[in-house]
Parts: sequence; C-alpha cells; structure tokens
Amino acid sequence: MFLSNDLTQNTEMLERHVVQPTDPQHPTILSTEDLHVYYGKKEAISEGDLRFASNQITALIGPSGSGKSTFLRSLNRMNDRIATVTGKIMYRGVDINQPDIDVYEMRRRVGMVFQRPNPFAKSIYDNIAFALRLRGVTDKHVLDEIVETSLKQAALWNQVKDDLNKSALALSGGQAQRLCIARAIAVKPDILLLDEPASALDPVSTSQLEDTLLDLKQHYSIIIVTHNMQQAGRISEYTAFFNQGRVLEYDTTSHIFTNPQVQITSDYVSGNFG
Amino acid sequence: MMNPKTQNKVAIGTLYGIAGLVVLILMALLGYILVSGLPQLSWHFLTAPAKAFLKGGGVGIQLYNSFYLLILAMLISFPIALGAAIYLYEYAKDNWVTTTIRTAIEILSSLPSVVVGLFGFLFFVVKLNLGFSILSGAFALTFFNLPLLTRSIEDSLRTIDTTQREGGLALGLSRWETVTRVILPAAVPSILTGVILSAGRVFGEAAALIYTAGQSAPALDFTDWNPFNISSPLNPMRPAETLAVHIWKINSEGIMPDAKAISSGSSAVLVLAILLFNFAARYLGKRLYKRLTSA
Repeated sequence: MFLSNDLTQNTEMLERHVVQPTDPQHPTILSTEDLHVYYGKKEAISEGDLRFASNQITALIGPSGSGKSTFLRSLNRMNDRIATVTGKIMYRGVDINQPDIDVYEMRRRVGMVFQRPNPFAKSIYDNIAFALRLRGVTDKHVLDEIVETSLKQAALWNQVKDDLNKSALALSGGQAQRLCIARAIAVKPDILLLDEPASALDPVSTSQLEDTLLDLKQHYSIIIVTHNMQQAGRISEYTAFFNQGRVLEYDTTSHIFTNPQVQITSDYVSGNFG
Repeated sequence: MMNPKTQNKVAIGTLYGIAGLVVLILMALLGYILVSGLPQLSWHFLTAPAKAFLKGGGVGIQLYNSFYLLILAMLISFPIALGAAIYLYEYAKDNWVTTTIRTAIEILSSLPSVVVGLFGFLFFVVKLNLGFSILSGAFALTFFNLPLLTRSIEDSLRTIDTTQREGGLALGLSRWETVTRVILPAAVPSILTGVILSAGRVFGEAAALIYTAGQSAPALDFTDWNPFNISSPLNPMRPAETLAVHIWKINSEGIMPDAKAISSGSSAVLVLAILLFNFAARYLGKRLYKRLTSA
C-alpha cells in the first residue's frame, strides 16, 4: 500500500527515507514542494517535500530546533511576518504560498492550536462565537448551535455548558486548550495544525486531549508537532522525523517506531539522542 | 563579610526605609494641602466666580474651565495617541523610521511644559490666530500629553501576550480585527490607567496654559449652551483660566485680601478633583473590562 520513493533500500541504514502516504481512502489534502524557510539569511527548513493524508493524524517529531514548529507555522502562513517561505504549499490543488492568496480565508480552512492555551479575555461563548460574528453569522440560534457542537467535539461541553457566559480565563489549562480547539473548529476548517498542544498540560488532560484528537480526525486532517514520542505513537498514522531543518524520515508511525531506516531516527525514537 | 541572611535583612530594611520616606513626604504634602485648604471649601467657594479686589471670591469658573479643557485635550490627544501606539506596536517593523519616531516621542515627552506653552503661544495663539482660547490651550495640552500617552498605550499593548495575536490570526481574522476585537478589549484597564495618569498631569498643568488658554476667566452664563455665544461655557474660543493657572496667578500677583486662603482652597480642590477623577476612572475601567471580557 505504501510505495517507497527510495529505490536504494537495503539492510544498511540510509541517510534519508521518505515514504509518502498513498492510501486511496485518505487522499492527499496538503502537500509541500521544495519548501524552504529562511529567518533573514539563515535557512531554517530545506527541501521539506511532504504529503499529508486527509482525515489522518500526522505527527512531526524531532529534537528542539529541528524546524518542526517552523515548518508547521509555515503551512498556514503564520510565519509571514518573521520568515521568508519559498516553494509551494498545495492545498486542494491551490498553491497557498503565493502572495495573491486571501491569507485570512486560507487560515480559516487551515486552523491552528498553539503550544500554550491562549483563550481570549472574553466569555467562553464569545471565544467561539466572535470570529463567526465577524464573518456575518449573526443568527443567535445558529451561533448557539455552532458553539454547542464545537464544544462537544472538543469534549468540553459537559463541563462548561452552564458557564458559557463566564470568562474563559478562569478555565484550567486542559479546559482552556480544549476551548482553543473548539474555537479553531468552529470556523469549520479542513485541516487542524497543532503545535505541541499538550506540552503545558498535566497527564490526565493530555490523555483527554489525545482522545479528543482521535475523535476529531473523522472530520479534520490533523498535523501535530509533538515532543512526546509516546503521544506520536498513540495517536498518529504517519510520522515525520525532522532534524536540522530537514525531514530525514517520513513513513507510517508504526514503521518509524518499530523499524526506522535512518540511524538518527532510530537513535531519537529510542531515546538515545534529542 | 556579612552572611547572605544579614545582607538580605539590611537590604530589606533599607528598601522599607526609602519607601517609608517617600510615603511620609507624600503624606506630609497632601496633609498640608488638605489641612490648610479644606476649611476654605464651601459650596459658595466651588461655584462662585473669582473676585479680583474683594474677599469672598470662588473658583467656580476656573474649576469648570479645568474640566472642559481636560476633556477637550483628551478628545484630541487620545485618538491620535491610540492610533500612533497601534501603528508603532502592532504594525510598524523595527527599522530606522520607527526608531526615529520613538526617539522623537521620548524627546518630546521630556520637553519642559513652559516650552510647550511658548510654542503654543507662538503657533496657535499668534500664527493660527486662535487667540488666548480654550482651543489654543487644548492644542498645547495635546502636544504636552501626546508623547506620554502614546508611550503608555504602547506599553499597554505590549502587556497583551503575543499568543493572543496569533490566536486571532489563526482564526482567519485580519490584523486589524485582531487588534480591535482581541487586543484592545483586553488592554482596556491598562490603557485607562495610562489615560488617568496623563489626565492628572493635564489637569494640574499650568505652565503650558498661561500663554495659550490665558489668565483671565470671563464670566460665564451657565444657562447658555450655544457654543457660538461668547459667554457660553461651551465656547472654545474664549480665554479660560484654569484652576492650576489660578493658583499660580494668585500667588504671583493676587491682590484680593484673602489671596492665601483662596490659594489654599484651590490647591485642595485641585488635589481632590484629581483623586476623585482617579477613583471614578478606575471604577469605570473595571466595569468596562467586565463588560468587554465578561471576566
């Protein structure tokens, strides 16, 4: 089912090993071609050619400073003001890394959740509803319904349904992070990018968040940066290993963790480095 | 050599001492002003017009002028300062242009207010032919106020975490929507504190007004609210001595027999007005923040 684009497979460890997903049930929804990211003159990412399968979870792993977050933030152009991104980012046949793309519309399709929960200083309800109101959704019933379904999808509804008008700043870290997920999916994106979403959470919240993500992949394609190897193993179908700005290995998660083809990936996933 | 524990104790003691000294000086000043001023206060004093030669004058018109000028100056300077701060912090890139602007703002903010007053006199009063008027005074106060207000609003924006901006952008909001719908509501209390502080400075400012708003307080007719009439309180083209200018004037050339009492009374009113203004604005800021953020 998976075709290697590497024709030199043998028993020796390889320099680089990239197997793009080809499962026909989960066609590619996003892909990068010849992606380079520069901070000033310094190159942070080079040759990131990756294809991401729809309705699957893809984990980006790698040591600190390996460029996985930079790569992720380039995908919905959050790095526009601080970095130069060259190459193509194809989303449903359109290169979204060109200047005349409506960035704001694109970011609604490619949502993002950040490392630290960042609820707005508004009520729980308004955290979700206000972006919709700005886009012309003013019908109270429609808003109520979207707020409810988003909170349910993010597994937060039961805990906050009586406190919708209370400040979101009073939520615990795990709840706040799930509110941020609810907020992101309320604008109905296709793709969810998550930048180490559980790194500020306790183990219980982390495990709840992982369950939520597994549910969400029915509706969304998820790309998640994580430092937590077990997390990548638990939730993702595909894993990309980043090192020094390059993708050294990309394959199904089970292959990466049980049978890595690149020495440094093997060292990393077994905890010998990173 | 002292051990770290003693060292720490000495440091804390010194800091307490310094803080106590500052509080003591403040209390003494405030106490002196209030003790000598409060007995002079009466409804008559607060509402009656001043008398030039006889005793028993009040500060009604000066008090009103101070508030009117403050409001006008704030109406002019706040939108400009807000716009400048938003541009500088949210939009402008760090380059030599913004560095130059920031340096200019810093230099402007340390400009002596009497220089601002003289500039206002030459430019607004004489060159633009606005005369000694509330408008000239308000413009001068704007110049005086703008740099500090811009700085303080910029600092308020800085206290809002970058992750809030990223959160807004990631939802597909434009930068402007993020600033106006996410950042500003969250920054309201801090912005308001800055506005209060600068309002206090503006309210107590005398030097910048002596040559711009003038030193005379023509009688006002508080039943006439047509801003085009010369005796209307709303007329921005009339000369208007404020409370602070009044205090300065009485002390330098007051010839009424009760000059000292009026000066003490006026000082107490000035201090009380600023205190009142502070508390009111703080209360308002909390209410506003609650409404904007449902905290």
